[in-house]
Amino acid sequence: MMEQSCVELKNIYLTYHTKHDETTAVENLSMSVAPREFVSIVGPSGCGKTTVLSMLAGTLKPSSGKVTLDGIEVTKPDDKTGYMLQSDQLLSWRTIEENIYLGLEVKHMKNEQTKAYALSLLEKYGLKEFKNHYPSELSGGMRQKVALIRTLAFSPEVLLLDEPFSALDYQTRLTLADEIHRIIRSENKTAILVTHDISEAISMSDKVFVFSKRPARVKSVHEIKLSCEDIPLSRRNAPEFSQYFESIWKEIETNEN
Amino acid sequence: MKTKSCLNSCSRNFSQEHILYIKRLKRNNFLIRLARYMILISIIVLWELFANAGIIDPFIASSPSRIVRTIISLFESGELFKHIGYTLYETVISFMLGTVLGTLISILLWWSPSLSKILDPYLVVLNALPKIALGPILIVWVGAGVKSTIAMGVLISLVVTIITVLSGFNETGYEKQMLMKTLGATKLQTLTMVILPSSVETIVSALKISVGMSWVGVIVGEYLVSEAGLGYLIVYGGQVFKLDLVMASIVILCVLAAIMYYSVVLIEKIIKHRR
Repeated sequence: MMEQSCVELKNIYLTYHTKHDETTAVENLSMSVAPREFVSIVGPSGCGKTTVLSMLAGTLKPSSGKVTLDGIEVTKPDDKTGYMLQSDQLLSWRTIEENIYLGLEVKHMKNEQTKAYALSLLEKYGLKEFKNHYPSELSGGMRQKVALIRTLAFSPEVLLLDEPFSALDYQTRLTLADEIHRIIRSENKTAILVTHDISEAISMSDKVFVFSKRPARVKSVHEIKLSCEDIPLSRRNAPEFSQYFESIWKEIETNEN
Repeated sequence: MKTKSCLNSCSRNFSQEHILYIKRLKRNNFLIRLARYMILISIIVLWELFANAGIIDPFIASSPSRIVRTIISLFESGELFKHIGYTLYETVISFMLGTVLGTLISILLWWSPSLSKILDPYLVVLNALPKIALGPILIVWVGAGVKSTIAMGVLISLVVTIITVLSGFNETGYEKQMLMKTLGATKLQTLTMVILPSSVETIVSALKISVGMSWVGVIVGEYLVSEAGLGYLIVYGGQVFKLDLVMASIVILCVLAAIMYYSVVLIEKIIKHRR
């Protein structure tokens, strides 16, 4: 059976308007992601990676072109997508448990069943004992994990990760990348990660999309095939890793000039 | 909170250095408190002594003992609580009205950025305008007495509340609003789940400002036209040259205003403690 793509962007154009200028942020961009695939988007800073993610999330409409999810056009935020922001944005006046119900409450999906599911995720990923704690009592890495569970609680098919590790220190970044990768794999989700960190992209994903500088287009796609187990930290030590790194690095660099 | 409870009873064994540090801290706090009381006591004592010695004229400057006597005679004639009651009633009502209306209007302005933009110059002018100037209009429109006094209190506290609370709403992180947006939240959900809870502290600090403003409004309202209240007593005392009455009313006013302010601070502490 042919593998169907679940996320698709087709001939996307996006123009930003300000009082004095108009900027083409995205120009004729097309890409597709298969179900349960983990892909990353890298590119020079300010190239419109986050813009593309916002369009997938349905919070931004393209000027022209089509964004589809399972063949259905995305026009507004959808229950099928879960968006993870750069920082956890946990609500300080809610406990961890109340925080992970936020999405369920907004989507009117909060019931015994969904609550039990959210709690089971908390337990599965080792945060159950903190369920009555407040976010300020948790470390940055733990908070970001809670943010992921908050996103997973309403069972989206596709996770959109907008530099979810950028606010963390290097040590935490590496361990959390491992954990989040494991969680996403074991929950069988499709994931699209936006990052400026090439190593992070290679170590976590099946495919890396390199974007050109603004206006963003897909410059190249790299299928990542590494001869080691599927854990980001060990993937970083795979023999092929540096070759991927070098070629992606060069592509971004030639872009800058 | 934590340090305070630790000052009183800490079962942990601390180093000698830490014990000395705590001692110094306690001593400092004690000295500050002592200085505060000393200032108050010396003002009262010197005032009384100078008045008795004839260095200052008690007819113009009054004296602590005369103030106490005035308060006692007001109490005995039953006037005291009548005037306090009027002023307190007017202040509490205008404070609450100002806060509730102010918060509601802020919500409305947050809800509709266009409305907020349209009304902005009006708000600015209203804020800059000395509201006292509107006194005569209020009296004509609302009628003299308690009603126009409350109206003045509301008017003065309202604008400040709107401006403070609205800026609190707008400071609520863009990222948090973005999070709600990606979840597909409605505007009402964003308001009740994120904007309002995260602005509780701003609203409470707005209360602290508006409680003072309500006092200003009410006393000014009573100055303009009234038959009772502490502001009335002050104006009346001034007109008939009874400075004892003026001073006594001001002292009572100080105590009441302080009590009300500290109640708001207490509410703030309770709310902060719960979060």
